[in-house]
Amino acid sequence: MTISTTSKSDYKKPLLSKKHRQWIGNGFTYLGMTLLAFIFMIPIFWMFSTSLKSRWEIFIWPPQWIPETPHWENYVEVFTRYPMGRFMLNSGFLVIINIIGEFISVPLIAYGFARLRFPGKNFLFMVMLGTMMIPGHVKLIPLFTIYNRLGLLDTYWPLILPAFFGNPFFIFLMTQYIRTIPRDLDEAARMDGAGTWTILYKIIMPLCKPPLTIILVYTFWWTWNEFLHPLIYLNDFDSFPVQLGLAFFKGRYSVEWNLFMAATLVSIIPILILYFFLQKHLIGGIASVGIKG
Amino acid sequence: MLKEWRGMTPRERREAIDGYISISPWAVGFLLFTLGPLLATTYYSFTEWTLTKPPVWIGFDNYIRMFTKDPLFLQALKVTGNFVLLSVPLKLVFGLALALLLNLKLKGMDFYRTVFYIPAVISGVAVSLMWIWLLQPDTGVINTLLEMVGIQGPNWFWDPDWALPSVALMSVWSVGGSAIIYLAGLQNIPPHLYEAAEIDGAGKWAQFWKITLPLLTPTLFFQLIVEMIESFKVFTQAFVITKGGPLKATYFYLYYFYEEAFQNFNMGYASALALVLVVIIMTATVILNYTSKHWVYYESDTRNA
Repeated sequence: MTISTTSKSDYKKPLLSKKHRQWIGNGFTYLGMTLLAFIFMIPIFWMFSTSLKSRWEIFIWPPQWIPETPHWENYVEVFTRYPMGRFMLNSGFLVIINIIGEFISVPLIAYGFARLRFPGKNFLFMVMLGTMMIPGHVKLIPLFTIYNRLGLLDTYWPLILPAFFGNPFFIFLMTQYIRTIPRDLDEAARMDGAGTWTILYKIIMPLCKPPLTIILVYTFWWTWNEFLHPLIYLNDFDSFPVQLGLAFFKGRYSVEWNLFMAATLVSIIPILILYFFLQKHLIGGIASVGIKG
Repeated sequence: MLKEWRGMTPRERREAIDGYISISPWAVGFLLFTLGPLLATTYYSFTEWTLTKPPVWIGFDNYIRMFTKDPLFLQALKVTGNFVLLSVPLKLVFGLALALLLNLKLKGMDFYRTVFYIPAVISGVAVSLMWIWLLQPDTGVINTLLEMVGIQGPNWFWDPDWALPSVALMSVWSVGGSAIIYLAGLQNIPPHLYEAAEIDGAGKWAQFWKITLPLLTPTLFFQLIVEMIESFKVFTQAFVITKGGPLKATYFYLYYFYEEAFQNFNMGYASALALVLVVIIMTATVILNYTSKHWVYYESDTRNA
C-alpha cells in the first residue's frame, strides 16, 4: 500500500487528493468483494458445519454456525457405514482408464489432422468439429441397446470405451496446438531418417505438455463429475462411481444430513485438489476454448 | 478423391496412408458412437418399441401423439422453456457483473477468482444435495437467515410455484464458470481504447456502454448459445432434488426423456422425444445466430478500415 503525502503548501487541492479517493474506492471494492465472497461461501461453510454435527444438533433451532463439539467421527462413518471409499476407488479407476484412453487416441488423431496430408482431410476435420454440436442424449438409446445386446450393461465398458476413440474437443485442441510447432523440427528429423510415428512420439509428443495437461485435467474433472451415463449403464450399488453413489444415498439410508454433507464434501475434495494444483490450466483452458469454440 | 490419389507420388501416398491410419480411431468412433446411433435414433423414432419385442414401424404416430395427446410432453416443454427464459438472462447478467468485478486491477484478485470459481467445478449431484439441505423450509439456513431480517422464506423446492425459480437461483451460485469466460473476453479488449476514451473525457459508465459492452458481444453471444443449450439439457437437478415434482413443476424435458426411455422402456417414443429436443435446440441456435448479425460486433469489420 502506498502512503500518499499531501504537502501543506498545496491549498488549491480538493478535499481529498486523487490518490486518496482511489484509496478509499479500493477499500470499498475490497469490502464489497469480501462480502460477496463471504456470501458465496456460506453454502460450503454450512455444509461443513452440518457435517460436524450430531444427528440431533442438525435440527436445533436457531441453528448453530459452529457446533459445540465437532463430530469428526462423521467422516469416519462415511467410510465405514457408507461405501464412500468404494465409490471413490471406482471413480478413480474410471478416471485413470479414461485418461489413458485419451492419451493414446488424441495425440495420434490430432497429429494426422495437423501434419499429414491426405485427400479429404479438411472435410473430415469439419465433420469432427460438427459432431461437437450434437447433444449427447440423442445417442443414448441406440448405445444402450447395443451395450445391452453385447452383455456389457453393468460393466465399465460403456464408460471407458469412448475415450479410446478420442474426444473431438480434445482432438481439436491438440490439433491447433501441434499446428503451432515449427515444421522445421519434423523436416530435420525426416532428413535423419525418422519415420512418421517416430516423429510423433519422439519429437511432437514431448513438446505437447500444455495440451496434454489440459486433457488430463478435463478428463479427470468430467469423469469424476459424470452422472447420467453411469446412471443408465450401472445397476450394481458396489460398482457405482461417486456421483451415482451420492445421488442414491437419500433413497438408501435414513435421512442423516450430517453424514450426507460429510460424504458430499469428501466427494468434492479430489476436484478441489486438482483445481488448486492445476488452476492455471483449468481457468486458462476454459477461457481459450470459450473464445475459439 | 480417387483422381487425387492417382496423381500422387509414392512418397505422398505413403504419407496419406499414415494420415488415414492416424485418424482411424476417430473415424471408427465416429461411425460407432455418433453416426450409427444418430441414424438408429431416427429410425427408432418411427417405431413402437419396448425392448421386449422387435421394433414395429408406425410412421409418424409418435410425433403425432406427442403434439396432440401427450400432456406430459407439453408440460415438460413448458417447464424447460420457462427455465431457459428464466435462467439464461440471470446467468448472463450475473456472470458479466461478476467478471467486471474480477477484472478490476487490484492486488489479491486471484484469491477472489478462486473463491467465485470453486462452485463451478463441483458436480451437479453434490451441488444439488447441498441446496436441498440449504433450502429446507423449516430448518434450512437460507430461510433462517431470511427470518433474521424479517422475511418469511418460501418452501423452495417443495412449493410448485417456487420449485423452478429455486433451480434457476441455485444455478446462479455456479456462475463463476461463465464469469471466467467473460473475463477472458474483457482482457482481450485493447487498453488503448480506454486510454483514448479517458482523454476524450468519457466517464466509466460511458466507457462501459461504448467500449466494453460492444467489444464483449462476441463472448456474450457465445455464452448465450452455451447457456441456452445447457438449460435445455437440465437433468441432474430434476433427478436428485425433485424427481420432476412437486405437481410436475420441475418436469424437465430430459427428465421426461429419461423416464420414458430407461424406466418405462418406451424406446421408440423416447427416441422421438430425443430428436424433437435436438430440433428445438438447433432451431433456437439458428435463430440466435441470425439475430447476431444485428448486435454482435466483430472486430474484423473495422480493424483495417
